[in-house]
Amino acid sequence: MDNKLKQNIQLVWLFKMAWRDWRASRKKLYLIIASIVLGISAVVAIQSFGTNLVQKIKEDSKSLMGADYIVSARQRPTPKVIQIVDSLGYKAREINFASMAFFPANGGSKLMKISAYDGIFPIYGEVETEPSNAFKNYGKKNGALVDATAMLQFNLALGDSIKIGEIILPITGILKSIPGKSAISTSIIPPVFIPFEYIAQTGLIQKGSRIEYKYYFQDVASNLKKLEENLLPILDLESADIDTHISAGQQLGQGYSSFGKFLKLVAFTALLLGCLGIASATNIYIKEKKKAIAVLKCVGLTRKQTFLIYLFQIILIGLIGSILGTGLGVALQQLFPILLQDFLPVNVQFSINYNVIGLGLLLGVMMSIVFSLYPLISTWFVTPNEVLRAQVKTNYKIRVLAFIVGPVIAITVFLFSFLLLGQLLYSIIFLAGILVVFGLIRLMAGLFIKLVQNLFPKKWSFPARQGLSNLFRPGNQTITLILCIGVGVFLMNTLYLAKDALIGSTSFQKDSDTPNILLLDIQKNELVPVSNTVKSFNQPVIDKIPVIAMKVHSINGIRATTLKADSTNGIKNWILDGQFRSSYRDSLIDSENLIDGIWIGEVENPEIIPISIDIGFKKDANLELGDRIVFNIQGVFMETIIASIRRIEWSQMKMNFSVLFPKGALENAPQSSVITTQAPTDSIAAKMQQTLVVKHPSVTVIDVRSVMGLVAGILDKIAWVINFLALFSILTGFIVLIGAVRTSKFQRLQENAMLRTIGALSKQIFRMTAVEYLILGILGSISGVALSILGAFLLSTFSFKIPFTISWEPVITVPLVVTIAVTLIGVLNNREIIKTSPKEILRTS
Amino acid sequence: MVKILNITNLKKSFTSGDQVLNILDDINIVVNEKETFSIVGPSGSGKTTLLSLCAGLDNSTSGNIELCGVNLQELNEDERAILRNQKVGFIFQDFQLLPSLTALENVIVPLELQGINNAEKTGQELLEKVGLGSRLNHYPSQLSGGEKQRVAIARAFSNRPAILFADEPTGNLDEENGESVVHLLLKLNKEAGTTLVIVTHDLDLAKKTQRMVVLKGGKVFEEVKNG
Repeated sequence: MDNKLKQNIQLVWLFKMAWRDWRASRKKLYLIIASIVLGISAVVAIQSFGTNLVQKIKEDSKSLMGADYIVSARQRPTPKVIQIVDSLGYKAREINFASMAFFPANGGSKLMKISAYDGIFPIYGEVETEPSNAFKNYGKKNGALVDATAMLQFNLALGDSIKIGEIILPITGILKSIPGKSAISTSIIPPVFIPFEYIAQTGLIQKGSRIEYKYYFQDVASNLKKLEENLLPILDLESADIDTHISAGQQLGQGYSSFGKFLKLVAFTALLLGCLGIASATNIYIKEKKKAIAVLKCVGLTRKQTFLIYLFQIILIGLIGSILGTGLGVALQQLFPILLQDFLPVNVQFSINYNVIGLGLLLGVMMSIVFSLYPLISTWFVTPNEVLRAQVKTNYKIRVLAFIVGPVIAITVFLFSFLLLGQLLYSIIFLAGILVVFGLIRLMAGLFIKLVQNLFPKKWSFPARQGLSNLFRPGNQTITLILCIGVGVFLMNTLYLAKDALIGSTSFQKDSDTPNILLLDIQKNELVPVSNTVKSFNQPVIDKIPVIAMKVHSINGIRATTLKADSTNGIKNWILDGQFRSSYRDSLIDSENLIDGIWIGEVENPEIIPISIDIGFKKDANLELGDRIVFNIQGVFMETIIASIRRIEWSQMKMNFSVLFPKGALENAPQSSVITTQAPTDSIAAKMQQTLVVKHPSVTVIDVRSVMGLVAGILDKIAWVINFLALFSILTGFIVLIGAVRTSKFQRLQENAMLRTIGALSKQIFRMTAVEYLILGILGSISGVALSILGAFLLSTFSFKIPFTISWEPVITVPLVVTIAVTLIGVLNNREIIKTSPKEILRTS
Repeated sequence: MVKILNITNLKKSFTSGDQVLNILDDINIVVNEKETFSIVGPSGSGKTTLLSLCAGLDNSTSGNIELCGVNLQELNEDERAILRNQKVGFIFQDFQLLPSLTALENVIVPLELQGINNAEKTGQELLEKVGLGSRLNHYPSQLSGGEKQRVAIARAFSNRPAILFADEPTGNLDEENGESVVHLLLKLNKEAGTTLVIVTHDLDLAKKTQRMVVLKGGKVFEEVKNG
């Protein structure tokens, strides 16, 4: 027979042998497959969804914006801006502002975003209304379109009226969706559309009002990137801006990518846990096969042939696992758009991404092979002589092997993390972190075994001593199990703690004596009447806070436009672009702390005004104490010097300002005021709002309680989604746990059967097992949880950049649950011994 | 007479800490083709170690073993595996069947490994010969000790070995089963004309072979020709 043919025949036979062995052992392999399935399904689901979302945003970028590009201004457009937009030929224009809306039908009032369109809007996409033609006709009918949620909230019906400023319009349609707006983004300030010609009649377009002007363009021919580059410097000088659908799509994609970052972390954790499951289960699986391998070698199989039999099995397991995992991932992917529908600006539809499917299959097989590599190669070193005598001493070649396999596994983990997280530095840090955790838990397990051996409690009862000595007797699984439990708990708990920190960082603090009603945009002449209205409800005016709108003109002598053109200075755009609001006072309030410099609360005619800035502003503007900023306050330039830096607790619902002036500097500047008060009950708050809307239509009323309730609702929803995703990893972790504990059963089965034979009672066997697994559970979970606190701290501080607050719930419950689970699984495994006659077990083994 | 196994100045020692343990010392044995031969001795005398060295399962410390005309010391592990597959058969005290394979599959492994086409037919015939024609598709866990050993005997003869090594073949069996297994082994051996080397502490079994050596403390204490 020709050599090649002979080799092929042999390969086929080796496949056959692999299949025969697999057939008889498949029950033991289900858990390995489960580990792969969960790891791969998480990766496939999350990657597919992410890819589809980015693709959809890219595809829908025009309809998200409603145009090819938009020119916008946050103040009345200058003649130059008008000249530019006219020459470019806009298709539609929009004026929008936030204002209180009043519903006479039931006396309700709400802060809403009022928009009016002139021309063809949207150029792309659709405004969905009820009735469906309402958007087409509301102008003709002189009516208003009101957000669907607000309609429900105030129990409104078509035909009811809405009062905005000085005008009252009938509601002729319900707004269901607007291009580029997610359900969440419209729930805080719901939209209202009114006919363009009514805007002036509202009486709300006044000097100092926050109004946005937008011009919508259709332009499929021009190079939009070039157009943006050319127009931006000119518009910038006129306090206007240009956004193209391409850059807006990219920005939106980036915005959702931070959410994607967390999703990818979940996928990475699930994948790593899956790898851990494979490693621990195949290690024990191959150990059990040692005798069979020796027999095979005895009857003439070479090292390569035996290695291939088990390699084929692992490939088969990997293939089955990854096919099932990919299938489950594709199915789960359909769930994400439903779970996240409120947060997404686009309707992500189910589509099969073949690249991701290929990735899933490849990853599944790869993770099976790499994480089984150590036990697989160890088959090479099983000698045929082990048929006659078991080899207790570890072959030194296997020790050498560990040094070779270790780096291969490390490189694979690095590749996985790079593939999923996409950042080189993060991948290196993750790999280093995991290696450190692995090393530390291994060290702790080793020290523990030594400690138990040296301080063995000889006076303990027989079952307790037996259970304890199982931890260090030959063939023990102590290190494997502690590593598996410890690393598994570490991964799960880190994710859980980081998640809690993430949610915690966004929750608001409530104070019983803080104001709960804010009245904004009060002009100087309205200050006294508005205060009187508040007092007429027997409620106090807690604060009268002056608010001054300003722009940064220059920093340290360099014009804002020059700084904006230079991308290397690290100054964020919002500092140079936007008009922001500042105030002046002589003292600090509860929500802020001085962290650097000297607080100056009052000045008298200084040339350069000493100001205080928030630490966030300092970072984003790249400023230091002593740096100088010139502010443009409606045409008046005011030179300032940074005298102090504060840290503001933004989570406290107080009137906080990034830039704060001392008393005596801005009193004569054009300003509006904010009045704060406290309504003790919802009904007083509602009545006060109704009266304010009617008497002072230009004043904006914010009911802090209802906003907080809304925000809390959104946070609950986010928390639910994150919890659901974390559950994925927790599930994989439990599969790993079950796998690790179950596979160790075969080590103890024969011994315990032997003990039963010589008269050990079921109760004693039960206690022995319980002691062994209880200790393993305690040690594994405590070491994992301890390290996870450190892991979550590092993750929160350096990756999510949020302050880390420890959540005690998982710190206490996870070790408890895991220890109980480990003990329970261990004890349940031994049920077989208690139920079956020892003869049968000894005969089988 | 053709020498099938020629052992000269064989030595095997282990180191345990600082101590050197001599398990076998200066062993010289010759076994001829088609001969039945046994190695006897008390526990710890080195019988099993000698068998593992003769079959190429382990390496000696010094000395030579020539098996089927090949010096085992000159072969690497894989070459020894190929030699075992083609020339050697094994029977072990604790049967050593592959638990995940059926009786028939266990028997035909050595044949399939050689790429022989009608392996299943040969295996079936062999199992029928050992009285297990009705248990072809049973797994080892479904067989009794005696049945397992008969499967092991069928496997040992499946590749038509030139020499067959049996390590305490009746050690795990009751008297009745032991008798029948020995009878079967000797009968099949005679039919096939195979050289048989049995390691046992059972003198009655050893006396059924043509020749035997007695090992004591790792040395050949006595060589006896049976009637």
